[in-house]
Amino acid sequence: MAKTLAEKVWDAHVVRKGDGDGANAQPDLLYIDLHLVHEVTSPQAFEGLRLAGRKLRRPDLTIATEDHNTPTLDIDKPIADLTSRTQIQTLRNNCQEFGVRLHSLGDAEQGIVHVVGPQLGLTQPGMTVVCGDSHTSTHGAFGALAMGIGTSEVEHVMATQTLSLKPFKTMAINVEGTLKPGVTAKDIILAVIAKIGTGGGQGYVLEYRGSAIRALSMEARMTICNMSIEAGARAGLVAPDETTYAYMKGRPHAPQGADWDAAVEYWNTLLTEDDATFDAEVDLDADTLEPFVTWGTNPGQGVSLSSKVPSPEDFGDENAKAAAERALQYMGLTAGTPMKEIRVDTVFLGSCTNSRMEDLRAAADIVRGRQKDPNIRMLVVPGSARVRLEAEAEGLDKVFKDFGAEWRFAGCSMCLGMNPDQLEVGERCASTSNRNFEGRQGKGGRTHLVSPVVAAATAVRGTLSSPSDLDPAPDTAAIRTDAA
Amino acid sequence: MEKFTTHTGIGVPLRQSNVDTDQIIPAVYLKRITRTGFEDALFSAWRKDPSFILNQAPFNTGSVLVAGPDFGTGSSREHAVWALKDYGFKTVLSSRFADIFRGNSGKQGLLAAELAQDDIELIWKVLENAPGTEVTVDLVSKTVICGNVVAPFDIDDYTRWRLLEGLDDIGLTLKYEEDITAYEATRPSFKPKTLPARLS
Repeated sequence: MAKTLAEKVWDAHVVRKGDGDGANAQPDLLYIDLHLVHEVTSPQAFEGLRLAGRKLRRPDLTIATEDHNTPTLDIDKPIADLTSRTQIQTLRNNCQEFGVRLHSLGDAEQGIVHVVGPQLGLTQPGMTVVCGDSHTSTHGAFGALAMGIGTSEVEHVMATQTLSLKPFKTMAINVEGTLKPGVTAKDIILAVIAKIGTGGGQGYVLEYRGSAIRALSMEARMTICNMSIEAGARAGLVAPDETTYAYMKGRPHAPQGADWDAAVEYWNTLLTEDDATFDAEVDLDADTLEPFVTWGTNPGQGVSLSSKVPSPEDFGDENAKAAAERALQYMGLTAGTPMKEIRVDTVFLGSCTNSRMEDLRAAADIVRGRQKDPNIRMLVVPGSARVRLEAEAEGLDKVFKDFGAEWRFAGCSMCLGMNPDQLEVGERCASTSNRNFEGRQGKGGRTHLVSPVVAAATAVRGTLSSPSDLDPAPDTAAIRTDAA
Repeated sequence: MEKFTTHTGIGVPLRQSNVDTDQIIPAVYLKRITRTGFEDALFSAWRKDPSFILNQAPFNTGSVLVAGPDFGTGSSREHAVWALKDYGFKTVLSSRFADIFRGNSGKQGLLAAELAQDDIELIWKVLENAPGTEVTVDLVSKTVICGNVVAPFDIDDYTRWRLLEGLDDIGLTLKYEEDITAYEATRPSFKPKTLPARLS
């Protein structure tokens, strides 16, 4: 039978097929090619190994970094928060004891785990990738089957390099057409989630397809796959192509010489066959898409930036109506308010969704030669220490600092209220991250999810804005030359 | 893992959809390195509100959470399951669970039982009209009983079997170690290894 990409990758990793058929089938035992580890979801898993007297089966397929708990200022000083410091130190001790490669704070390869893997060339097409973090779906951009897992599964992978998994259903997300200027991958995925809902992808692996997806860079594809989990999907992927290979070639852990040729030959087989069928299909028109923004407290509560805050009465379903009422109250918004009239306090450019070079460049192109709104604070947090170095080599740090933004060290930062970068109660944030849940960015904080260019334009005007709302920048070309 | 066959306890109606794991346990509690002691962290932001259901007797002694659709969305944090268990919940009923949360529950012996939304609504009404009503969740017959409501629930057969037997996943998998080793022998040389480290 003709297979989809996800089914091909699955089948290539079956160590042992589960007994039985259909609804009674036992799960398949799947081999895991790469296990990414960070400080938050691993300590109890390492402890489990220790208590059972088990070893970590494949340290050579495992890599760890510090990201969630780490501060983005004063990284040369001991971490001030004692429980955070203990958790980081626990990771260091565990990695040493079990022989796991670790990139610690201060190391040039440290950063958000989902930025580090691809950057090192460790994420490759056709692989199975897991991590105790739901945004592991990011790695699907390479045509890998990449899944977030819980701590029990982290321990299972450490002990066995496998996972017991029931096959997923498949869903095609077809995005055809050409994005207008100022519309980005982030807007595609926010629109997809608004369309199918936070539970729409539940039980599915999504495959993003169509001309608009093929035209995207690797970093843009990572943004899309990253947020598959916000639609409830366990994973999302894009078939590899020349864009993928060009991104990978020459990266530290990319195959070399004859291995590269053998790899490309295999990778070229990783696409959904023409006569394969998906269990579900969703279409999105790229031509008509506009910059997208969330108004509520789950990522499915989004609208075009040019529209208004919806009313609970707009929703037919009782649960959705109640959720909208609660969300408007939490967000401090009134139905009918134009989204562009919403004033924000903070702009956060960062997270595993949007903290790579292209994200920083796109935002820098907006703010270059401009001044931020005086009432806004803006944090720019590169996804990895390597991204930070590259950005500085291009002078982007200076662009952001001249604009009035804070240029920080790499980490998860304000995406989740775990390190010192947090919102205050009632503080409103335009954020390039992935979750607008109540309290996600700090207790009582209010989050609007946006793309990097919308974040940048918002920092200029002080209200939610798209780049097309800005007046022309004064002599941008000259300033760009100075910076370079 | 403890065996789960049947449980009877006070039902707690949580009339809310999209209860994400950041609500179940905010990130600030994830700094701990232990697997227990998360009872205070459960719904900690919501519990500051005196009208929140878990701040009302007899719901504060409940052990069967009856929630709206899309329970456990968002972050993969297994701490959400640990916090529910530490507080005293043995089972969660919902019409739809997020995949990762459901997986985590199965590993930790918390029964995530999927009911039709219509049945959830009926159970909510019983629990709201007669607070303190006990709910029986029978994994053997895959049935929930609450007052005069008798409703079937779904759970995949494999998870059900593991819960009924109280089986440890890793122990099960290690029986197939020879298969794992045989698979590893077929790994192509172009696939990457993290060690020895190659740096940019």
